[in-house]
Amino acid sequence: MRYEISLSIGYNYGALSDHARTLVHLLPSDLPGRQTVSSRLLTVDPMPNERRDTTDFFGNAMSVLAFHQPIDQIEFTLSASAERLAPAGSLDLSPRLSDLAADIAAYRSLDPAAPHHFLGASPRILQDPAIADFAASLRAPGSTVRQTVEAISNAVHAEMRFDPEATDVDTPAQEAFANRHGVCQDFSHITITALRSLGIPAGYVSGFLRTIPPPGQPRLEGADAMHAWVSAWCGSEAGWIEVDPTNACIVGADHITVAHGRDYADVAPVKGVLRTSGDQTSHHSVDVKPV
Amino acid sequence: MSGGAQQPGPEGLPSFLADYHVAPGVADELFDANGNMRPVWAGFIRQLSQLTPDQVTERFARGDQYLRDAGVFYRQYSADPLQEREWPLSHVPVILHASEWEDICAGLAQRAELLERVVADLYGPGQLVRDGHLPARLIAQNPEWHRPLVGIAPASGHFLHHIAFEIGRSPDGSWLVLGDRTQTPSGAGFALENRMATARIFSDPFSRTNVRRLAGFFRAFRNAMDALPGVAGRRVAVLSPGPGNDTYFEHTYIARYLGLPLLEGEDLIVKNGEVQVNTVSGPQPVGVLWRRLDAAYADPLELDETSRIGTPGLVDALRQSNVNIVNALGSGILETRVLLAFLPKIAEVVLGEPLRLPNIATWWCGQPAERDFVKQNADKMFIGDALSRALPFDIGSAAALAGEARNLQTNALPDWIDENAPNLVGQEAVTLSTTPCWVEGRMQPRPMSIRVFAARTPQGWVFLPGGYARVGRTGDATALSMQQGGSVADVWVMCDAPAAAETLFDRESFRREDTGALPSRAADNLYWLGRYVERTEGAIRLLRGYHLRLAETGDPADASLVEVGNLLGALFIDVTQPAHAAIAPALGAARVCAGKVRDRFSVDGWAALTDLVNSLEAMSGALQPGDESARALGVLLRKITGFNGLVHENMHRTSGWRFLTFGRAIERADAAAAVLAAAIPGEDPSSGLLDMALEYGDSRISHQRRYRIDPTRDTVADLLTLDVHNPRSILFQVSAMRKIAEDLPDAKVEGRVSDVLGVLLRLETELVVAHPDTVTLDCLHHVRASLAEASAALSAAYLV
Repeated sequence: MRYEISLSIGYNYGALSDHARTLVHLLPSDLPGRQTVSSRLLTVDPMPNERRDTTDFFGNAMSVLAFHQPIDQIEFTLSASAERLAPAGSLDLSPRLSDLAADIAAYRSLDPAAPHHFLGASPRILQDPAIADFAASLRAPGSTVRQTVEAISNAVHAEMRFDPEATDVDTPAQEAFANRHGVCQDFSHITITALRSLGIPAGYVSGFLRTIPPPGQPRLEGADAMHAWVSAWCGSEAGWIEVDPTNACIVGADHITVAHGRDYADVAPVKGVLRTSGDQTSHHSVDVKPV
Repeated sequence: MSGGAQQPGPEGLPSFLADYHVAPGVADELFDANGNMRPVWAGFIRQLSQLTPDQVTERFARGDQYLRDAGVFYRQYSADPLQEREWPLSHVPVILHASEWEDICAGLAQRAELLERVVADLYGPGQLVRDGHLPARLIAQNPEWHRPLVGIAPASGHFLHHIAFEIGRSPDGSWLVLGDRTQTPSGAGFALENRMATARIFSDPFSRTNVRRLAGFFRAFRNAMDALPGVAGRRVAVLSPGPGNDTYFEHTYIARYLGLPLLEGEDLIVKNGEVQVNTVSGPQPVGVLWRRLDAAYADPLELDETSRIGTPGLVDALRQSNVNIVNALGSGILETRVLLAFLPKIAEVVLGEPLRLPNIATWWCGQPAERDFVKQNADKMFIGDALSRALPFDIGSAAALAGEARNLQTNALPDWIDENAPNLVGQEAVTLSTTPCWVEGRMQPRPMSIRVFAARTPQGWVFLPGGYARVGRTGDATALSMQQGGSVADVWVMCDAPAAAETLFDRESFRREDTGALPSRAADNLYWLGRYVERTEGAIRLLRGYHLRLAETGDPADASLVEVGNLLGALFIDVTQPAHAAIAPALGAARVCAGKVRDRFSVDGWAALTDLVNSLEAMSGALQPGDESARALGVLLRKITGFNGLVHENMHRTSGWRFLTFGRAIERADAAAAVLAAAIPGEDPSSGLLDMALEYGDSRISHQRRYRIDPTRDTVADLLTLDVHNPRSILFQVSAMRKIAEDLPDAKVEGRVSDVLGVLLRLETELVVAHPDTVTLDCLHHVRASLAEASAALSAAYLV
């Protein structure tokens, strides 16, 4: 499926911000076998004094921006066209969960796709006994890794209430889980925490959803803004599989990836250090049209 | 006990060694395995035995006094972030023969090379993991492996430049590496201070001529930093996490010793890939940062986003290869305890030879055979967190020693090991050697380890010939760390012939260091230090005046006293408070500012300020208002004058002095205007208030000599506002500030004066042409507003 994507994110600061530096993860990239990006353009207003487009550790496109003059507002506009391919087949090639550890240990590399990066703690993923108990309760004897991943993603969806007002970008997963509400970031962080507690490598994916669903299908939650979902490593044979706990589905041709990492901190769309004291306001809109 | 020199005991040993019993199965530094004193100690012990016990006590006290005077302290991590502890020096040095030392250093040089190769691989090709020499999870889940740094080669070509090793002697007499310190090894500065102290303790008749000197190491390291690529024309600086750190004293000390500016993250900005320091002369490029903060905190944008002490963009500057960071960010991963399990094998793979100096035997429980071995031998091991960077003798909260689980919920150790296996290592609970420690007049053996420092130079690794020994408080080797009550000792490397004298600077290449522009934050702290010290002095003067009058009348309700109390109240000094409480805020603020610029202070200046703070604290007991308070305030006044004298007589007239002096002048001028505004509000002020104003200005005698009449509104206004010869007058201070402003960077550019100079020139002219009768309340308010404007202009131009 081919898409035209447009996004705009803006911030207004109450006071002038001096020497702003920003890291931006907004440009989608080619992903062999999954996604082809035929054009992409990110404009920043006001024009930064420095801009370097580079890639981060995980291979995501990253823009480094710096302003030498004080600014009081900033606007990011993205337009891109991309083709997303549905994953090939739904054959379960993953091992039993009990055999996964040996598969992981046999993976001798620190390359960006290595499962080792996606286990244990990361900046926004800490161990949580409540989520671990929840995950353990879903562990069926003899089930495969992929079955477990889907079961947990679906269970998080069933357990949680989608509520854009309840949490913000800094809400910890434990808190969102305790209150059983949140948005795609919270659903994803909870799913990642649960999967890692079972020893399943799991990461965070940021991206877009098509805005208007195909005829006869419901509109997906999270289509008005940037979306997030989960990537899980299901053994050396099956590799990485993506699930969307916010919509209780396997990620298919309706999702367009921007960046992936261990958790939100690795892929935050706009990460900035702004020396400002005033209140800030923001707007954020996304439109994804099939063409 | 006093008396003569310490008589030899039955075995020919001095009496202070009579109770020195080396435990069986333990190596000792003083005595060899056969119970004979090692020859390298003989001269020292002989000289010590010729002193009376009182003389020994007196000498040790001299060393402690030196450390107190030098302000050596360390911070105990506790609820009070500024709590400082006295430096716990164990006075008896550890003495090693130079030949043994050379063997140690040869082994450590090999190890340094190995560590460099390992860290370069972990941030580069990753071959060690691919070939199975290191399990991937131990790197990928290691908080010291920073992904944004992967693929960034250091500008200098090397990750490691200044590292340390913790070593100990095992029971068979051989040396072991207990841990590697590659992030920001502390202790080299403390080693220097320990040497200064022991030099005072073991002065004549002790012969230290054969003890190797320390200065050459620092000179070599300093020269090596200067020689790194791209440093010409750029600054070399020390980057500190700030005064909250437990080793901040060392950062200030070493910066002062090496003549390097001490910076914090907020001093730096990154612009076009270049790291620059904000100075009073504008941004200046930085070529080398000798960092003393952990990598995670260095850049909130790409590393730990919660860091408040970092510099946004630092990692990106590294990507553009413009700045040398010593040691490279990311080097801390080499401190990980579990690496010790793999390094012996890696040495053979990477270097093609075994480790010359073994490290403490370590087993990772993530491997089945190793885990079983650890479980079977748990009673002879430390068992703890695999990814911890703590040294084996710094036992953490969840750890086991000698089969005894510490702070564990579950009692069953084997179960605990099985449940947490991949996160655990076992390390041989090696018995460290003991070294003599002076305990209540006698030598006692205490366990010890030594920190050895190495620096990379163009000629290879060089080692500090000495070091920093950590000595246990008791026979228990697990209490080595200072945080647990351990102490530290100097290490003497003894040659057979006199050691060459060394100083920090090459005699042949003597040059006066370019002091470089003052970092803006340091300038800001000096400016406010000047203001707060002056504010403290003013408060002391006014309060003393009040309490003197109270002593005369004895009645706080007396009209003249109420009037004076109101004057003080107008200056926010509450006379109903105890005297010390009214002074403490300003003095406390002064101390905080001073603490942030300790590297720019003389030792005496700091000692004088500390003395002042201590005197004020001593006053906080119940002081009676009136005479007793007035006398105590008089003592404080003399002490603060002493501090000012030290600073102003001895401080170099560099820009640091200018900001300090400017701060003092602006505070003095502003306070004079405030006192006058409160004392002469109308045409006919009371004589009591005029007298108080004169006393505040320390100008009673000048007034008598100059006017020969009783003070009037006009004479007081003249003397305290317009008199060019009175250092307490506003005009005098404004002129002093104007002269300083002329010497600040960019004071005049193409005929235009800077904002701060402009404000001061205008104010000075207004005061020069004024008459006493035009010094009205409005005029004084205008003076204060102009001073506030000058302060704001100074801040905007130089301090932010």
